[in-house]
Amino acid sequence: MKSRTVSLTKRGFDFETFMWLFTRLSALAMYLCAFIGLVGALIMGARTQMNMADLIRWTFMPSSTHVLLNTSNQILQPDVWMTTFWKVMGSIFITFATSHGLHGLLSVLEDYNTIPWLRRTLRILVLVLTLAMIAIGIYVLWTS
Amino acid sequence: MIFKEEQMGLKRNVGLIEGLRYQGKGPMLTYILHRISGLAMVIFVALHILASFISNQAWGSSAGIFINTIYEYWIFQIFIFFCALFHVINGLRIVILDLWPKLIEHQREAIWLEWLVFLPIYALAVFVIINGALGG
Repeated sequence: MKSRTVSLTKRGFDFETFMWLFTRLSALAMYLCAFIGLVGALIMGARTQMNMADLIRWTFMPSSTHVLLNTSNQILQPDVWMTTFWKVMGSIFITFATSHGLHGLLSVLEDYNTIPWLRRTLRILVLVLTLAMIAIGIYVLWTS
Repeated sequence: MIFKEEQMGLKRNVGLIEGLRYQGKGPMLTYILHRISGLAMVIFVALHILASFISNQAWGSSAGIFINTIYEYWIFQIFIFFCALFHVINGLRIVILDLWPKLIEHQREAIWLEWLVFLPIYALAVFVIINGALGG
């Protein structure tokens, strides 16, 4: 199998191409967020012997409610972890994850649907849903 | 701009039945699993955020707590961790192959490598989850 590529000027830079690139770049951004979360959890959880489930949960989404209080380990107080830095990191992660995920939902829906008016409606619906989920997610993160 | 019909890609040259009969082996399996795991995460993460939202309010509803209890159940964790880890590792393969198109010639080797990375990490996580569920 030989690889073939089409130059950007020949292909044109439309909505689809933009979202194709955005999906890849937001994935890379989320890798960076997860890496920072993993390193942060390893540093902060080192003294308290954080367990693997909490470590994984913090890696994928840094939120104090994701670190469950272990009754045998009273030193671990998740609220202390919830600094502004982690709230900002969580907000960035929510923004990328929601827009990446809901655009994925839209592209799956459009693979099985060729009715123009329904596609327009779904695009608007997914856009509204994305903005709403980002707003709700960030609200929950900063108030919980 | 995003609503022009000529930009929507409305033409299909394969029908649903033909599509279901297609046997694409390894790459097809990762494609299907990537879609299913992605959709599962969108649904469950959205429900989880909404559940946390409604149980945090002053008018707090127990429906939110009920949904979040399901998320802490060990069988659900095994399932959602499969989705997350597979999507993450397969996603990394897709990003690397797409951003460096010359590497697409080694796609099959990339898929083998992907399973080689996925299986030990997932096996370790499943062991830890089951061990915890049994009171380990």
